[in-house]
Amino acid sequence: MDLNMNVNPPHSMGTTIIGVTYNGGVVLGADSRTSTGMYVANRASDKITQLTDNVYVCRSGSAADSQIVSDYVRYFLHQHTIQLGQPATVKVAANLIRLLSYNNKNMLQTGLIVGGWDKYEGGKIYGIPLGGTLIEQPFAIGGSGSSYLYGFFDQAWKEGMTKDEAEQLVVKAVSLAIARDGASGGVVRTVIINSEGVTRNFYPGDKLPLWHEELEPQNSLLDMLNVPSPEPMNI
Amino acid sequence: MNFMASKQPENSLLGPEADSQRTLYPYVTGTSVVALKYKDGILMAADMGGSYGSTLRYKSVERMKPIGKHSLLGASGEISDFQEILRYLDELILYDNMWDDGNSLGPKEVHNYLTRVMYNRRNKFNPLWNSLVLGGVKNGQKYLGTVSMIGVNFEDNHVATGFGNHLARPILREEWHQNLSFEDGVRLLEKCMRVLLYRDRSAVNKLQIAKITEEGVTISQPYSLKTYWDFSAFANPAQGAVGSW
Repeated sequence: MDLNMNVNPPHSMGTTIIGVTYNGGVVLGADSRTSTGMYVANRASDKITQLTDNVYVCRSGSAADSQIVSDYVRYFLHQHTIQLGQPATVKVAANLIRLLSYNNKNMLQTGLIVGGWDKYEGGKIYGIPLGGTLIEQPFAIGGSGSSYLYGFFDQAWKEGMTKDEAEQLVVKAVSLAIARDGASGGVVRTVIINSEGVTRNFYPGDKLPLWHEELEPQNSLLDMLNVPSPEPMNI
Repeated sequence: MNFMASKQPENSLLGPEADSQRTLYPYVTGTSVVALKYKDGILMAADMGGSYGSTLRYKSVERMKPIGKHSLLGASGEISDFQEILRYLDELILYDNMWDDGNSLGPKEVHNYLTRVMYNRRNKFNPLWNSLVLGGVKNGQKYLGTVSMIGVNFEDNHVATGFGNHLARPILREEWHQNLSFEDGVRLLEKCMRVLLYRDRSAVNKLQIAKITEEGVTISQPYSLKTYWDFSAFANPAQGAVGSW
């Protein structure tokens, strides 16, 4: 126990967030852990937030900052859609996020990944890290858990994946980050956006693959002790 | 002629302390240890994680070790300091065995020794960055105590370190009672460890449960706990309030 324990740390989404394009749309993914210092305040949060029917954003960093930015952008996009007379494009949504992030860079601490589908450009992913840089990418990773995924994506990412390949890649990646990042955890949520619409999926912690040094979960040690095979109790 | 830079820190205002070091912060750390007294002795649980800051770097660290014939030591905090403590205790047990007088150090004595070590280090501003749980049985007497890095020590029917104090102790205060059976004790510890797994960022899903009785120490093989996510509220939490968490 640290003598200088942070007694009033802000709510932060340590987080792992991912956005990936595929041939027909995008897949967004995120973990579900929100922490206050070392305590997990919410183990089932939803970090993939809707901006419009066809554009969603993955939030990381300060929970408060990312919520307020997405709330403002949802509001502006709503007005913009009415004026325009048709669904807003992903680029416009991303730019609005950028304006807020850039012009308030000294006060905000949030990294965002905007993903969606529109009829002009198809599926698009925009990364907007701290500082408010806007960068269009075939895939984007963010949050503290993303540190563990750079090597993984360098190796595993391919152009022109199918919808299922893309979603599997995202689930695998978030699950790998959860295994090593203390600030990420819980369930994996994905949102798939394409011309047909939006699909939300939910992969609970016990349905994720097991990685190195992780073991198959048991109900209790007692169940293991009552099985006559290999000796579970050893000195 | 001075080819090599002096190893002394520049700040010679430190005077006599100039060439000593102190532990400033931990590097590889273990999280909570939880323990309780039950009918036949002590049950103790700890996960096998060694965190490096926020990275869950090592996942097979044994944080509970038998000490002599009658004691079990569990540690949270800096792993290298725990390993140093084990070396001190090896020496202590060795000297005790060398007396060859049929007597052996019981858990109370080991706890007292550890308390002195931790407190004296604290007084020199060079703490061993650990919170320790010491449990054991000798001559039918059950003993369960704890020592912190600043030398705070006490014994109780159930103890915990770190987050365990905030999350496990309240559960134990409600549900612990005298003469718990082994099964009930294990279930109670698993309940505590599951809550810690949900709510402690540095928890890892791989744990061991150890028991110590008059017969001796047994530490289980590593295993993982099932976790529960199948609540309708978890599937779509932002349904009624878009943009919330």
